Amino acid sequence: MENSEKTEVVLLACGSFNPITNMHLRLFELAKDYMNETGKYRVIKGIISPVGDAYKKKGLISAHHRVIMAELATKNSEWVEVDTWESLQKEWVETAKVLRHHQEKLEAGSCDHQQDSPMPGKPGQKRKWVEQRQDFSQKKLLEPKPKDVPKVKLLCGADLLESFAVPNLWKSEDITQIVEDYGLICITRAGNDAQKFIYESDALWKHRNNIHLVNEWITNDISSTKIRRALRRGQSIRYLVPDLVQEYIEKHDLYSCESEEKNVGVILAPLQRQVADANS
Amino acid sequence: MKSRIPVVLLACGSFNPITNMHLRLFEVARDHLHQTGMYQVIGGIISPVNDGYRKQDLVAAHHRVAMARLALQTSDWVQVDPWESEQVQWMETVKVLRHHHSELLRSLPQTEGQDHGRARSVAPTAVPELKLLCGADVLKTFQTPNLWKDAHIQEIVEKFGVVCVSRTGHNPKEYISGSPILRRYQHNIHLVREPVQNELSSTYIRRALSQGHSVKYLLPDAVISYIKDHNLYTRDSSWKGSSTQRNEGKTD
Repeated sequence: MENSEKTEVVLLACGSFNPITNMHLRLFELAKDYMNETGKYRVIKGIISPVGDAYKKKGLISAHHRVIMAELATKNSEWVEVDTWESLQKEWVETAKVLRHHQEKLEAGSCDHQQDSPMPGKPGQKRKWVEQRQDFSQKKLLEPKPKDVPKVKLLCGADLLESFAVPNLWKSEDITQIVEDYGLICITRAGNDAQKFIYESDALWKHRNNIHLVNEWITNDISSTKIRRALRRGQSIRYLVPDLVQEYIEKHDLYSCESEEKNVGVILAPLQRQVADANS
Repeated sequence: MKSRIPVVLLACGSFNPITNMHLRLFEVARDHLHQTGMYQVIGGIISPVNDGYRKQDLVAAHHRVAMARLALQTSDWVQVDPWESEQVQWMETVKVLRHHHSELLRSLPQTEGQDHGRARSVAPTAVPELKLLCGADVLKTFQTPNLWKDAHIQEIVEKFGVVCVSRTGHNPKEYISGSPILRRYQHNIHLVREPVQNELSSTYIRRALSQGHSVKYLLPDAVISYIKDHNLYTRDSSWKGSSTQRNEGKTD
């Protein structure tokens, strides 16, 4: 298939990134290789969107630090970058809304052929992407096609997929919107479990063509929880997170027993919101 | 208060190529030994195997040494030593241990002859111990018939010691209990649990590269650049070496 016929894709990963690890970064690489190899897609950008502090998860340290660590982690990436919009909102934002925000941003960008101001981000990285867009925009001047706007898809691990089943964590209309309007790319070791999960959900089953399961053949169990635990125990986290992230954590002494106690006893924002909606 | 025994960790293997998993071995081993309260890890050595080992797909030693050097650029305590790879032929691990141990002793400050005539007791400099660092898969290979000489296994665990890091699918306690030599010297075999399960291996890296897949974040960027610059591990470049393993298991 010609490059021009492929759907351009932007991978969006939402999460705490508390802290970001090499495993998070691998998700992007695995997803990009997979999507590009289908022959139908061309992955042009990856976005890391750290959740806002208002999420109130236990042990969640300030968004300021989490954003900086993600930026340090993606410093040497040519295509993955960090977006702070979600983290800057005062209230917690549903994932479906974050997807919509980024999709609308892409649509607004593609309408403007004479795109002078680059989007926020590192100039070096973004320039490449903007150049690609401008080239494409030239073609668009000749043959405007609405379907050429890149599509945002949610990148995640199996844990997020299976969290759809947690009561009151997700609004069912959000789940539907995510798989219907956007699409999901889920990196998992347990492909059969994930398939079974999709099969057992009517909403997911209906849009199964929009859910891409990518097999991760080797376990790469570098979870943020384990990183924080290792740090509390004075153990090394080198080679589990990018060097710059490890240095930043050390310099600012970010994770401790105290930081892990943050938000203890506080109800997670999505659960709080479901309760509030039910009462209103 | 008893002072800690200084330890240097030596990892032998193909390092074909070196990965973040290899680098992690040193980190978790050091943490473990420090937390016993008995040891002070003062250095780490990566010793890539000689080309004479003739393992399949083994790229030239000078590349493997260069990649390890790049990977260790940012390490302040581990370094690569090309001695083993520069020998005329492949040599058994115990000989590499002996070599590095004598080098270690030679580099100690000389205390003899300093106090001519003066009768005073000088506290001896603690002699550093050199320990073999490996994954549990290597410990398992001790069982493979004809792969290791029994006398060598004994010397390794008796005179030097082993620090063995767990790996998915391996049960090192089982390997120890199944071998009389290992059982006798189990006090000198330190089993380290790696809490972060990682099946990353050089084999996986080579396969991914030959398929044109990304290996970013699995090994240092500098090593990835080197691989690309020198066109290593592409589908065409895999060297069809002898498929039979000569002697001794080696870490990937």
